[in-house]
Amino acid sequence: MALAVEMQNIVKVYPNGVVANKGVDFRVEGGEIHALVGENGAGKTTLMKILFGMEQPTAGRIRIFEKDVRIHSPHDAIALGIGMVHQHFMLVPSLTVAENVILGIEPRRGLGIDREAAVRMVEETSKKFGLPVPANEKVMDLPVGIKQRVEIIKALIRGAKILILDEPTAVLTPQETEELFEALKNLTKKGVTIIFISHKLKEVKAISQRLTILRDGKSMGTFVTDEISEEEISKRMVGREVELVIERSQAKPGKVVLQVENLGYVRDDGVRVLNDVSFSLRSGEILGVAGVEGNGQRELVEILTGLRDGATGSVKLNGEEILGLDAYGIRRRSVSHIPEDRVEFGVALKASIWENLVSDRYWRQPFGNAVRIFPKTMRNFTKRAIEEFGIKADGPDTPVMMLSGGNMQKVVVAREFSSQAKLLIADQPTRGIDVGSTEFVRKKLIEARDEGLAILLVSADLQEILQLSDRIVVMYKGEIVGYFPQNVGLTEEELGYYMLGVKRHEPSRLKESMLS
Amino acid sequence: MKRFAAYEWIRTAVTIAIALALGYLVLVFTVDDPNEAFKWFLWGPISRVRRMVELINYTVPLIFTGLAVSIVFQAEIFNIGAEGQLFMGAVGATFAALYFPQIPVLHVVLVAAFAMLVGGAWAGIPAYMKAKWNASELVSSLMMNYVAFFLGLYFVNYHMRDLKAGYLVSYKFPETAWLPRLLRRYNLHAGILIAVAFVFVVWFFLYRTRYGYEIRMMGFNKNFARFSGIKVRNVVLYAQIVSGMVAGLAGAVELMGLYKRFVWQVSPGYGFDGIIVSLLARNNPLLVLPAAFLVGYLRTGAYIMSRMTGIAPEIVTTLQAVIILLITAEAFLEFLKRRKIIKEAMKTEGGENP
Repeated sequence: MALAVEMQNIVKVYPNGVVANKGVDFRVEGGEIHALVGENGAGKTTLMKILFGMEQPTAGRIRIFEKDVRIHSPHDAIALGIGMVHQHFMLVPSLTVAENVILGIEPRRGLGIDREAAVRMVEETSKKFGLPVPANEKVMDLPVGIKQRVEIIKALIRGAKILILDEPTAVLTPQETEELFEALKNLTKKGVTIIFISHKLKEVKAISQRLTILRDGKSMGTFVTDEISEEEISKRMVGREVELVIERSQAKPGKVVLQVENLGYVRDDGVRVLNDVSFSLRSGEILGVAGVEGNGQRELVEILTGLRDGATGSVKLNGEEILGLDAYGIRRRSVSHIPEDRVEFGVALKASIWENLVSDRYWRQPFGNAVRIFPKTMRNFTKRAIEEFGIKADGPDTPVMMLSGGNMQKVVVAREFSSQAKLLIADQPTRGIDVGSTEFVRKKLIEARDEGLAILLVSADLQEILQLSDRIVVMYKGEIVGYFPQNVGLTEEELGYYMLGVKRHEPSRLKESMLS
Repeated sequence: MKRFAAYEWIRTAVTIAIALALGYLVLVFTVDDPNEAFKWFLWGPISRVRRMVELINYTVPLIFTGLAVSIVFQAEIFNIGAEGQLFMGAVGATFAALYFPQIPVLHVVLVAAFAMLVGGAWAGIPAYMKAKWNASELVSSLMMNYVAFFLGLYFVNYHMRDLKAGYLVSYKFPETAWLPRLLRRYNLHAGILIAVAFVFVVWFFLYRTRYGYEIRMMGFNKNFARFSGIKVRNVVLYAQIVSGMVAGLAGAVELMGLYKRFVWQVSPGYGFDGIIVSLLARNNPLLVLPAAFLVGYLRTGAYIMSRMTGIAPEIVTTLQAVIILLITAEAFLEFLKRRKIIKEAMKTEGGENP
């Protein structure tokens, strides 16, 4: 079949000086599933944003179905038959599936919207492509996998012949991923071309016919998927052999540091997002909290770190009740926190690295006193941290804005690991960073555990949970539904059943999470 | 990233050049002899020592208000109440000058301290409303300016008015509440020294104290500040109070140095000019000094032009509007920076991959 997409010598320089694409060539044949693989920060998303008109290339040429085109906006892209499903869904939760799908292309009747026609349109498309969705249900009531399907239909109904999926499996359980793959294979039979962005090699092997590898903004070549091994792919992605196994010795738990009992929380909109959550955490161990995102983990972390108030129950830190304290009070009781969203919470982008590294300790010796701060001490401390944590930067005065995602995360990690805390709450500590940095952060977590830190690891990445945790709890709809006192012989699939709410442990077993 | 600091300088220079060119254009359309008028406008402030003294004296309150505004702006708090804080500071200074014990030197210090107290308290009102009820400080501080103006006039006109003077002013300050003169022949008062000292005081406060650190981090990213354990609510309060103290001091210095009594029946406008000064200085206290001089120069030049040719000095307001527009327009001349960034980025890339 003919070429669907042809991108030649694409260069993209962002206004902050980051070069995301350095002359990338990318060709996709019509009707294939083409995987775009590479580490976080390799330039995959930028390349696709250019294709979808969300970013303008600094240089380069784009051809769609063998015609030269200029794509100035997503509007242009849609007109050319390109659709994109983003990592974060762009749906209105309070509207129904049909309403979401037809937003902007509403069938009219007089002055109003023809709702029946809308539902019909959605159902027709849904049937044609084999993607069943409940057209009349509100999006907020749907599970993640179905929401994603709605997004795909949204693109198809606008006439998409080329579908870009940006890390579609990141939010799915293993079971949902299976279903998605089935649906995607069906789509190609109807002539849809699919570009599948991912850094999970197993999935890439399972779904794609060909793949293009990006590294550091450059293409490392395009391959037929069956003719290249996972090892070969990862070597080209990272540029060296990756040590995917992380050594983890037996934990030596000490005394209980954190004791959470009957924690409950009702959001402003009346939804109960935490229900009777109880667990305990000892020094020198890592307790993994697994679960599909949005099942109360975010609220749990924010309550434990003092960023959200209004919870009921009890949270004891070394025997002292800390529920109701603000972040100031909790920080000063030696709790550190790696936030889920580093740009929103973890750093001040315009501030220098040294200003970012001391934000939790500027008030104490040797960094400052009751009145003054000592920038010289802070800079020297930062120089050492830059070295120890391998942060790639010109020096302590570089604004954090100038760093790559992985290096930004290292700034956060450097601060939270050097604060001499007793408890670390790590929320998605390796999300969106490159393999090298991920490996580094995970090793640091194990190291800190061995030195006696108590670590609560919240992650949607099951591989991470299984790799690092000594004990595991699974959250589903604001409750703990699974408890694994030992991380032995567990599989992602097994955890997946608990994450989906299919399986559930007996209350008596769940109670054990309190005791151990 | 010092390479790109040059870009900011170019941008400021181009902005001022455009503003001046526009001013000249206005003159061309309104005056018979635009060249003569423009000459006075441009060179007037440095044509005589007396006029240079006028320029310096005019710059003093702008330095203070520019500093005051830069403190709150660095915290990303848009308290634009420096005008009212200065006015209330001046009223407080008048009270202290007239009724506090007339001990040499100490009297001046007490007047200044009292004005700072009043200015800080005045700024504390919108600050408290922000911290407690999340009331927009932009609106409340602006409204407080009007309250300050009429309340201040009431105090002066009904309780401290000098009936023997032929116009609405307060009693004359006793000599113990005068700032010393620096030159015998000209009225250059010590206010400029205090102002320059305060440039460094405010710089030290913002960059070398934990309070300044908290203010700046909150300005960069409020969530980050809260996450790090900074008590954001407290910062909202004291950033505005400290700013109000500096603005209040401006009122005291102006009265003790220049007029020796309360003279305003119209709000003097220094507080609003302070916003322009702070914007020009990118909220950097060290740059407030040249920025205040620039704004002062435009103002003084306009007054001199007005005196020499009869053209209304309000023309400067037009120029200031142009300056504000262009300085705050983020995208203005952005292409210069972008081109530079792309070139730099490509160069380092080339170096990395031979």
